[in-house]
Amino acid sequence: MTAADTAAVAAAVADAHRREWAFVLAATVRVTRDLDVAEECVQDAFAAALTDWHARGVPARPGAWLTTTAKRRALNVLRHRGVEHQYLPLLVEDATVPGPGDLLDDRSGGAELPDDRLRLVVTCCHPALDRSAQVALTLRLVCGLSTAEVARAFLVSEPTMAARITRAKKKIAVARIPYRVPSAAELPERVDAVLSVVHLLFTTGHTTPAGEELVRRDLVERSVQLCRMLRGLLPQDPAVAGLLALLLLTDARRATRTDADGRLLLLEDQDRARWDHRAIAEGAALVREALRARPPNRYALQAAIAAVHAESPTWDDTDWHEIVALYDVLVDVWPSPVVALNRAVAAGFAHGAATGLAALDALAAEPQLAGYGYLPAARADFLRRLGRVDEARLAYREALLLTENSVERDFLAGRLRELGRPD
Amino acid sequence: MAQYVILIYEDEAAYANASPEVLGEVMKAHDDFTAQVPQHGAKLLGGEALEPTGTATSVRSGSEVTDGPFVETKKALGGYYLIEAPDLDTALRIGRLCPARFGGVEVRPVMTFD
Repeated sequence: MTAADTAAVAAAVADAHRREWAFVLAATVRVTRDLDVAEECVQDAFAAALTDWHARGVPARPGAWLTTTAKRRALNVLRHRGVEHQYLPLLVEDATVPGPGDLLDDRSGGAELPDDRLRLVVTCCHPALDRSAQVALTLRLVCGLSTAEVARAFLVSEPTMAARITRAKKKIAVARIPYRVPSAAELPERVDAVLSVVHLLFTTGHTTPAGEELVRRDLVERSVQLCRMLRGLLPQDPAVAGLLALLLLTDARRATRTDADGRLLLLEDQDRARWDHRAIAEGAALVREALRARPPNRYALQAAIAAVHAESPTWDDTDWHEIVALYDVLVDVWPSPVVALNRAVAAGFAHGAATGLAALDALAAEPQLAGYGYLPAARADFLRRLGRVDEARLAYREALLLTENSVERDFLAGRLRELGRPD
Repeated sequence: MAQYVILIYEDEAAYANASPEVLGEVMKAHDDFTAQVPQHGAKLLGGEALEPTGTATSVRSGSEVTDGPFVETKKALGGYYLIEAPDLDTALRIGRLCPARFGGVEVRPVMTFD
């Protein structure tokens, strides 16, 4: 075996891990009815792939091979555990689920394997689980990240994250959170919970709350990948189309959000030629599709706003009136102080800094915005534009107290310096 | 099948100040609820209403006796139902149906020992 072969097989296994983990695990859980045992078996299957694929070549359908291998392994484990396993709390499933023996499939993988990924992801994002647990389980079980990787993604210690994941899995088993696709009546609410998790992952990665880098590429890419998976599973769902559009249109600007020295560049100063125009085209098509649903969902509207920016050739060409109009609809379907804040900023660009500032000041008493750094940052910018330097200085100082991200801090400190010393 | 307890937490003052009409509505709501449980795929195994926390006595560390509930809370445990349901989704549906106009409910699985 040559080093090149080894590298090629390792790459094929890594690629299958990224693409097929959720599919393989979701199918294996049906056999084991136990998340931990299923995870072990799937990990073993990926380990086995490294040697088997080397000896016999990469199979035509790696996902089918891995699923068959993981399920065989699961049947062995269950046989050995026998009596003891009866005492473990088991996942509750639909009565229609076939028994373990029905599911084996040969290497060629001719038969269609049932796709259980939707079950897996809605179980991870069950509303009876805390949002932080939903996010952790989704990364661990749907994306196949190790506990250490999940812990790093959320800047908590590995033991803390391990405890969070263990507690969530225990609750699923003991409280009997069912492993099933919700009924048509429940589906929109359950999908909404999944989309909130994907959106949270994206926003956490898009501007990391703390640290040296502005963007956490791994989180952004995982969230886009998850959203693409959901799009494949629920091709008719306008909220899924809307969120995928939002992620693509927002992330299309990634390469231009900082300069060569890692300094923050605002939309105004970004090199639009370097935006990802393929992602923009895909996102714009998805927005049009998502907006056909009535009433429009919040992701579709946010994506439509992102599309106005993405399709504007220059900053000066930005259609701020269109953006304010979209925010007006968004405030209706998704009333939130953060949306109102963004609307106020857009109004400032559409109708002048004084209008924007007045709209921001109207939000000063919102309890949800206390401690939200973008409020003083936006105020500071309008005050600066209005030449109210002393107040702008105060607002920049306030904004600096409210972010731990060093790229954002450097930007705010730079603006503060530009204002000069107080007279 | 598994058993769940639906713990009802409500504002006791709201009950103390409630008119006879409101109390009548609450009684009727509980009657309707118990009749509805089987239609949602669950079985009612039992349940009781509790006297207000003003009547409670707590025994701490096995010896110290104090007047009042074990934990003072704004919403107090005022009653419970014991149900049997196939899974948490069903139990939560029953939890949503359960009357608790001055508060809410907590759904807890009952521990099983094999």
